Amino acid sequence: MAGLAFDSLRAPARWIARDRPGVAAAPAVVTATETRTAGTVRFEAASKTYLSAAGPVQALDSVDLDVPAGAIFGIIGRSGAGKSSLLRTVNRLEEPTSGRVLVDGEPIEALDTAGLVALRRRVGMIFQHFNLLSAKTVRGNVALPLKAAGLPKPEVAARVEEALRLVGLEGKADTYPSRLSGGQKQRVGIARALVSRPEILLCDEATSALDPETTLTILNLLRDINRRLGITIILITHEMSVIREICSDVVVLETGRVVETGPVWRVFGAPEHPTTRALLEPLSRGLPADLAPRLQPHPAPGTATVLAITFSGQAAPDLSALAAAAGTPVRLLQAGIERIQGHAVGRMLVAVDAAGPDAEDRLRALGGTIERIGYVAADD
Amino acid sequence: MSPQMIDRLWQAFLDTLVMVGVSAGIAVLAGIPLALFLVTSEPGGIFPAPKANRVVGTIVNGFRAVPFIVLLVALIPFTRLVTGTTIGVWAAIVPLSVSATPFFARIAEVSLREVDAGLIEAAQSIGCRRRHILLHVLLPEALPGILGGFTITVVSMIGASAMAGAVGAGGLGDVAIRYGYQRFDTTVMAAVIAVLIALVCLVQFTGDLAVRRLRAR
Ligand SMILES: Nc1ncnc2c1ncn2[C@@H]1O[C@H](COP(=O)(O)OP(=O)(O)OP(=O)(O)O)[C@@H](O)[C@H]1O
Ligand SMILES: [Mg+2]
Repeated sequence: MAGLAFDSLRAPARWIARDRPGVAAAPAVVTATETRTAGTVRFEAASKTYLSAAGPVQALDSVDLDVPAGAIFGIIGRSGAGKSSLLRTVNRLEEPTSGRVLVDGEPIEALDTAGLVALRRRVGMIFQHFNLLSAKTVRGNVALPLKAAGLPKPEVAARVEEALRLVGLEGKADTYPSRLSGGQKQRVGIARALVSRPEILLCDEATSALDPETTLTILNLLRDINRRLGITIILITHEMSVIREICSDVVVLETGRVVETGPVWRVFGAPEHPTTRALLEPLSRGLPADLAPRLQPHPAPGTATVLAITFSGQAAPDLSALAAAAGTPVRLLQAGIERIQGHAVGRMLVAVDAAGPDAEDRLRALGGTIERIGYVAADD
Repeated sequence: MSPQMIDRLWQAFLDTLVMVGVSAGIAVLAGIPLALFLVTSEPGGIFPAPKANRVVGTIVNGFRAVPFIVLLVALIPFTRLVTGTTIGVWAAIVPLSVSATPFFARIAEVSLREVDAGLIEAAQSIGCRRRHILLHVLLPEALPGILGGFTITVVSMIGASAMAGAVGAGGLGDVAIRYGYQRFDTTVMAAVIAVLIALVCLVQFTGDLAVRRLRAR
């Protein structure tokens, strides 16, 4: 994956300026804070009702949402919450019944066929089951968007090579998809989506059919694409770890409605909506199994207070300050602190000997939220 | 068998080849667009036209419902209009094509329908227009099935061409009936059957081979 390949595959607004073939410039990193016009999506009261045989189904209910340029935007929610419906309105595979969707600030509902085709070249998409054409080689699959766009053959060939190099499949151009592994197939899918140099990449459960290790390599590739090419990525996943791993922002859908949205560190650090909490359950650790039965509801002589200190986006917890605040011996029972986008997020379970309310206040002043879980024998 | 008889058999064999070959060609040229229409004009298809879809579907079913031997006779005025005659190889090609086209179209339709909707969606998502979808997705992806269906069509047309022979179209069926059935010449009958079997086997073998090649990739 040479920097050169990345340079020339840059999203339109950028590659015009930066595409200098033959100049092996250091790949410029596009940060999310950099102001860009290309690659934004905005949903304005977008609703979608399907008319099925069993009656109307409301899949989206007045969704208002902004996806900033350069973001990796995660969509989560229970099965049937409307995630796919939302994603598919961005390239008009699905049309909102009311409300509208704006890509780069322009409403897309009025586009004619030519406009729609042009839009879809700016918005790539990858799928859970890859959706590769079995009758075409890897090269044929990746070339199709350019062929359909009527590009001259030499340019098609050059750009296909470039896209395959980008996803690390240089040697597989003449292979048929049936001979590839799942991870390789998804790489072909990514190359096919990127060969038109889009500004936005839509991923509908793109790693759900892959094993954990392959999932990681595909996520790394997506993150690389986002960083180096500045492509906005909107992705749906059922794996919260995927969101935590690569997303900058997340939206939680519930029966077609946005129930929570924001930067991942905040939503994951302090989930507010019950649905978000339920979805995050697999990531959170409960009480240690051996501790739970010994937990007493009331203090008694010789017990220590068990406190859960939840960090949601502060600086990394300072352990000596913590011990000083407690003022008495502190034992760390369990801890799971993650770093999400530079924020410390997670929970610590400590046993504090003879902790009074003022000790809790002092601890709270350190920045976490404190919850008294119960009491255990001091020597536990 | 006399040399004349061998000559006659050879001529009949060539007639059968021409009848089946030309009709099969027509069935492909007309049947594939017909099948594409039936699949894509459905509600929710890429060229939705539900009314036209129903009308064409009904006509196709109508032709499929009529037994070939009846079609052969019923089409006589049409055959005369097209070829100027009602006997001979070329006259047989008309009913043969008319009967094979809807048959093949239905078989091709099944294969086209089996193309994963996700592939069409993926093609749409990369900016393919509808004709690209026909050309790059539907037809190539359904090709193995269509080819298998074509083999079936040709084999059943070889049988039908023998029936056409019965009403004066020439070909192997004609020889079998005239010499084998009416003059009790069992040698000729056996020879015709042997040639037909060989022909059908060859067609089936070639068809299967081609399908296997396509599927192997
Ligand atoms: N083409 C359709 N016709 C009718 N109903 C549909 C259609 N597509 C989706 N729905 C319905 O709309 C609702 C939202 O579906 P959607 O596919 O957007 O959910 P999702 O969040 O992607 O679910 P999953 O996680 O299972 O993929 C569901 O109730 C679904 O049954
Ligand atoms: Mg879905």
